[in-house]
Amino acid sequence: MTSAVTTATSPRTTGPTPSGRKGRLTPGGVPYALLLPAFVLYAMVVLYPTLSGAVYAFTDWTGRADGTKFVGWANFAEIFSDVAARSALRNSLVIAVSVTVVQTLVGLALALALHTSLVTRNVLRTLFFAPALLPPVIIAFLWTFILTPQGPLNTVLRGLGLDFLAQNWLGDSSLALWTVIGVVIWQSAGLTMVIYLAGLQGIPTELNESAALDGASWWQRTRLVTVPLLIPATTVAMSLTLISSLKLFDQVFAMTGGGPGYATETLSVIMYKEAFVSGRFGYSTAIALVLTMIVFAFTMVQLGALRRFDVDR
Amino acid sequence: MSRRFGAARLGREALMVLVACAFIFPFYVFFTVSMKTQAEVASNPLGLPTTLHLDNFATAWNRGDLGEAYLNSIIVVALSVLILVGFGSMAAYTLARRLSRLSTVAYLVFLVGLMIPLQLGMVPLYQFMNSANLLGTWTALILFEAGHQLPFTIFLYAGFIRALPREYEEAARVDGAGPVTMFRRIVFPLLRPITGTVVILTGITTWNDFLTPLLYVGGSSQQTLPVAIYAFRGEFATDWGVLFAGMAIAIIPLLIVYFFLQKYFIIGFASGIKG
Repeated sequence: MTSAVTTATSPRTTGPTPSGRKGRLTPGGVPYALLLPAFVLYAMVVLYPTLSGAVYAFTDWTGRADGTKFVGWANFAEIFSDVAARSALRNSLVIAVSVTVVQTLVGLALALALHTSLVTRNVLRTLFFAPALLPPVIIAFLWTFILTPQGPLNTVLRGLGLDFLAQNWLGDSSLALWTVIGVVIWQSAGLTMVIYLAGLQGIPTELNESAALDGASWWQRTRLVTVPLLIPATTVAMSLTLISSLKLFDQVFAMTGGGPGYATETLSVIMYKEAFVSGRFGYSTAIALVLTMIVFAFTMVQLGALRRFDVDR
Repeated sequence: MSRRFGAARLGREALMVLVACAFIFPFYVFFTVSMKTQAEVASNPLGLPTTLHLDNFATAWNRGDLGEAYLNSIIVVALSVLILVGFGSMAAYTLARRLSRLSTVAYLVFLVGLMIPLQLGMVPLYQFMNSANLLGTWTALILFEAGHQLPFTIFLYAGFIRALPREYEEAARVDGAGPVTMFRRIVFPLLRPITGTVVILTGITTWNDFLTPLLYVGGSSQQTLPVAIYAFRGEFATDWGVLFAGMAIAIIPLLIVYFFLQKYFIIGFASGIKG
């Protein structure tokens, strides 16, 4: 180890230093040996499995050592003909889009409300953020109980005389997906709020004050001054939410297991079942590859779109 | 403070408190149900418990192997975070300070990891852990958690190091410090604020993780809290009181730490995620 360190440093980078730093003594000779432990671990548990996964997606791998054959695009063709996988694909897209849009709006509203001078401001921030810290599995069980037909939510609704709103939230296949989406947003809206609060702190108060002097209303100032300056925070909040909601597993697995029928199936849940219940490793990995492609495509489109609106860049 | 405490302001305050009450209603349900008997949950899902039925907590603790699961969670989180802080900070130091094509490429390779869903490598890695006889052990889980959160950790550290003035390092270099001494004695202590953020963010992620722990240590004596609670639900499907008591036991310490250190949590999340 030590010898590796010394040999790596001895030919110190005396060569081209970036312009502007010329002649400065820089710690440019940081040895690559410091990078090695991280890279080995990362290669072992991320790079190698991911790359081999991309290959297995084209096979009929079942986990047995012998007889794994390449099947070309067959797995992918099956995804689009298999009812369960098709529902999962559609649901994952619906979840990603609706969670991202609604959670961003809710988080923004909470942040704007709590950026003002409320007495309860700090307590409320702490409360709204709390669910985001808790294990999604536990949150899922909590809501499973709240949403049962005779459970607390329907009891409250009936108590308020809103009987027509009482529903079989997770048992009704036309409603279950939206219920899951609601729970996910409840849990992580606080996260978006915190990102926006950090963004709001970076906006100089003078901007809003001078706009106020010019006679702009609160709504005008928010729409024309504050929100445009929050584009960087929006980029962060939306990409984070988009990626995590596309991969949604815990809440669905614990609340509905994908049911009723295929109503709440997601790509992550279906690939878990295909791999670890049915033992179809190759097919399951093909679903994962589709998920990966969607994540990449969405992220690119979103970053591109938000960059166009960003006044700073 | 009290100036301009007008009706509009009071209204806004009341509105936000109302929103907050609706928002934390699930927590009210959580803690009341954890103290109710099975019959009381069925007859009165919403009200306060008539008696404090604390037996639920004892039953949950004893039947759910929660003590063991706690210990497992603490060990897995502590070791994963230790690896992330150690490996991550060293790697980020090289990537941020060494300006060459190789380090740029290496940085990009790590950054791609922020986007790759773990699902793509899930089965091959599971098979690897299986053939290495690591399933059912902390080791498998720690390797996974640390490896998967390295990109984010390195991203945080590298951003912080780039903003750090080089003068301390230059002074140490003049004093004859080698690169390893320099990192250990000069650079790492300077990274304290971002190390705090890394510990909080990766610690919470590891503590809450479910899918991989379910696969790697589910059903073993080394399972973590979320997996133990999941198994517990299977056993106590109809006894919500006991299930909720178990869930409360699992989250109360997390909530206590959060309410005492909430400033650091919120700042950590905000600064960490902004990068």
